[in-house]
Amino acid sequence: MSGVGAARAMGLVVRRELRLGFRRPDQLLQPLVFFLIVTTLFPLGLNLRLSLLREMAPGVLWVAALLASLLSLDALFKSDADDGTLEQLALSGHGLTLIVIAKTLAHWLTSGAALVLVSPLVATALAIPTSAFPVMAASLALGSLTLSWLGAIGAGLTVGVKRGNVLLSLIVLPLAMPLLIFGAAATDRAVGGTDATGPLYFLGALCVFTSTLAPFAAAAALRITLE
Amino acid sequence: MNGIIGLAVEKIHVWRGERHVLKGVSLTLASGESLHVAGPNGTGKTTLLRVISGLMRPEQGTVSWAGRPIGQAPLEYQAALAYASHEPALKGDLSALENLVFSVGLKRRVDAARLREALARTGVEACADLPARVLSAGQRRRVALARVLSFEAPLWLLDEPFTNLDAAGVALVAGLIEEHTARGGLALVVAHHDLRLGGAARRLDLN
Repeated sequence: MSGVGAARAMGLVVRRELRLGFRRPDQLLQPLVFFLIVTTLFPLGLNLRLSLLREMAPGVLWVAALLASLLSLDALFKSDADDGTLEQLALSGHGLTLIVIAKTLAHWLTSGAALVLVSPLVATALAIPTSAFPVMAASLALGSLTLSWLGAIGAGLTVGVKRGNVLLSLIVLPLAMPLLIFGAAATDRAVGGTDATGPLYFLGALCVFTSTLAPFAAAAALRITLE
Repeated sequence: MNGIIGLAVEKIHVWRGERHVLKGVSLTLASGESLHVAGPNGTGKTTLLRVISGLMRPEQGTVSWAGRPIGQAPLEYQAALAYASHEPALKGDLSALENLVFSVGLKRRVDAARLREALARTGVEACADLPARVLSAGQRRRVALARVLSFEAPLWLLDEPFTNLDAAGVALVAGLIEEHTARGGLALVVAHHDLRLGGAARRLDLN
């Protein structure tokens, strides 16, 4: 037996990913800056009509968050596959599923969690009232984690494809539609001051559903790529 | 435990599309033995190694470790395995030592001092704290060898370990393989060039 427990192995992979991420801060910042710029374009384009902006804000926020998350998904397995690290991980004695879980969680920490942190800034620009911030942040956290799981499947399938990022978007975006619907609905209700627990529960269910099944699917996709 | 068959490969067939790459390759490797898999480019040496490592499943044939097909207990087999692919598998943004901490740490508990020792054995201790991207191809190969050493696994699968190495490096690798088999280890080495492995070294030509 390997003598290294699953939790320790996952911790190592997460730490490695985070250290790699912070050595290349530009790659962490690009999706965030994209998120900020896209969302600040809308108030400018809508000629500062506050009521219209407030109505559109949840949708704008969510579409921008989805697109920003997609930007970094492509790199999830690609560099590891290119330099041979993926083979070492596959033979590490822990099984690819565990590796996929650790890598995806680390990816979410540097992409989704970061989006949640900057979301109040964006929300202010979109005239979303402060009272809606907790629901908005919760829905973004659940939604971005779900998207990371979906993205892991897509990234696993496209890792062997040159310029696979367009294909990745085509695979992931249709799957992300429920996230957009419930995420924007939750934020919209919070903006309107009504109860948002319904859509939040749906997001939670989607998050649980993908986090239990996606690691196996993504690991299977990676195994095909390795062959 | 000398002489016990550790690795048994039976009648491996692999097709790549229409191409029949491996046509019924069989081999056995006992503890204390090394095997040099030779043959010109494109004869399936790397494919054979990937099949033996378990990364690739053959269309026909079986690979067994300690008497059991590797598919039955893949994680245990992986724990006994040190695989060095053609690429050194190093992250350019991490130092040589960090690279080893993260990859060796997945297989066994190891402290940085031991990893530095392994880097010293392969002659790259001075590079331990440099980011891997500034290392030369030969130095990176040596760091990858230090990883193989640090795994402390009985079965070594090395894909072209001599690439980019100078004469001293080639001698070093041959010496390390000899030392490994002398301690009862097993080594399967894919190399297109001639190789002198002492002891119980055998040679398999793929054609």
